[in-house]
Amino acid sequence: MQHLMRKKPMKGMRVMFDDFFVRAMIAGIGVALITAPLGCFIVWRRMAYFGDTISHSALLGVALGFLLQINISVAVFTIAALVSLSLLSLQKHVKLSSDSILGILSHSALASGLVVIAFMPGLRVDLTGYLFGDILAVSRIDIAIIYGGGLLVLLVLAWIWRPLLAETVSYDLARAEGLKPEFTRLVFMLLVALIVAIAMKIVGILLITALLIIPASTARRFAASPEMMAVGAMIAGVLSVIAGLYCSMSFDTPSGPSIVVAALMLFLVTSIVPLTKGAR
Amino acid sequence: MTENSSEVRKFDSAKELVGAEHVGVRAGDRWLVRHVDLQVRQGEIVTLIGPNGSGKSTTAKIVLGLLDPNEGHVRKSKNLRIGYVPQSLAIDLNLPLTVKRLMTLTADHDLQEIKVALHSVGASHTLNCAVQELSGGEFQRVLLARAIISKPQLLVLDEPVQGVDYSGEIALYELVGALRDQLHCGILLISHDLHIVMAATDTVVCLNGHVCCQGSPQRVANDPEYHRLFGVRAADTLALYHHDHDHHHHADGSIIAQGETCECPLDAASDAQKTDERDAGNV
Repeated sequence: MQHLMRKKPMKGMRVMFDDFFVRAMIAGIGVALITAPLGCFIVWRRMAYFGDTISHSALLGVALGFLLQINISVAVFTIAALVSLSLLSLQKHVKLSSDSILGILSHSALASGLVVIAFMPGLRVDLTGYLFGDILAVSRIDIAIIYGGGLLVLLVLAWIWRPLLAETVSYDLARAEGLKPEFTRLVFMLLVALIVAIAMKIVGILLITALLIIPASTARRFAASPEMMAVGAMIAGVLSVIAGLYCSMSFDTPSGPSIVVAALMLFLVTSIVPLTKGAR
Repeated sequence: MTENSSEVRKFDSAKELVGAEHVGVRAGDRWLVRHVDLQVRQGEIVTLIGPNGSGKSTTAKIVLGLLDPNEGHVRKSKNLRIGYVPQSLAIDLNLPLTVKRLMTLTADHDLQEIKVALHSVGASHTLNCAVQELSGGEFQRVLLARAIISKPQLLVLDEPVQGVDYSGEIALYELVGALRDQLHCGILLISHDLHIVMAATDTVVCLNGHVCCQGSPQRVANDPEYHRLFGVRAADTLALYHHDHDHHHHADGSIIAQGETCECPLDAASDAQKTDERDAGNV
């Protein structure tokens, strides 16, 4: 509670306890539902570092959003999308491994973000919220953004599901058989940028990748098809958010890390559950 | 040469599915392949052979449109349905994928179609297996089933027998021939194993960065360029199925390294070849 009061003293006193907790829950569950299926693709395509890179670039988006006084979510999405596009173009034209390119982009985006923020002294106070999430300060507009944007993400993902999955198995095969893997890959990267912009407020820039990867990994053991794994990841993600937020409330811990720790617990506990025959 | 012209005539009237005209692809300053002409017609099996690094896969990728040639161009008939078995396909262990689900990767098919396709490659028992659990031979068969399920007009098979033991290789190549008859499709086959390929194919294109020689298996087998490229191994190529298998393969089925390092005189090769040609008459 103290943690909460410190951040939003006026609101914290005025608004009923239940009200913001319920809002936090709704927002967190929404984020978990969107990150889960996208996270499955991040896992299948071994793109964890890409997820990190995009989310780190979000800090630069936050800084520029404040600097240019535009909507933070829009600024974050724009920067994240630009970083995705420069990644695609660097991979084509620079003779460096993807890993090194990601390392360069990831850390330079994070560092530039921190430097730009340092030029704006008033902003320093809120940095923790952006880095680790500030789920208890979620407004009704935030919820609208999460569910509106989330619905868009899920619809687009359903639309590109088949070509994206085919491209995940083999780019050449998908292209040879008449799908459009370059286009699909581009759309997927923009979806990741969008998800970073949406999820940032809830889990924080540094932990978005965890929410993409851990629930998907938890679901892996119980899934026999890609689609089952996506649904399983949604369930695991939602359970993690519920458990994490209750812990955050009870022990006054920051919300983002609490959710991630809950997701990790769920992963560990389900890892030792023996499987019934038939599941893989 | 007479054999060659009869072979060509057989496909003269057949519809061209895809044709490469003087294509070349460059990586930096180096040409991976250059001056390649080839065409695949309906019902024809065209086999690309050549040592490792001779540009077989590159040529196939140009034909498929996966690589844009730096020179020359590719003709492709309109709305060509293509089935493709790539050279390497590593499916991440984290991707839960059964054979059944793999079959609908690029297009919808009902269970009946899936069962028919798997049955035709002799892999019916794998239907509900996870793809990562299959043996090398099973996986290749499943990939082949996946490629043919859409009844393609052109089938491109890049080293389809890798990881398959010798008897399995023969069975798979026989299967490729049977599929050609059944689907009446054109097939572009890539192999670095000469033996079985030569018997199961209509046209051979011998690559080594460029087209060394091209034509019916008989013609290519008699071409000095071919012998220069493959050494003594080339000699018994046409003796397929007719003699005991008297040499050794690497684990991957490759025999090329031996041929390349072996400084065998051409005379010895052509001596051996004479006897083999007699055998070849019965193929």
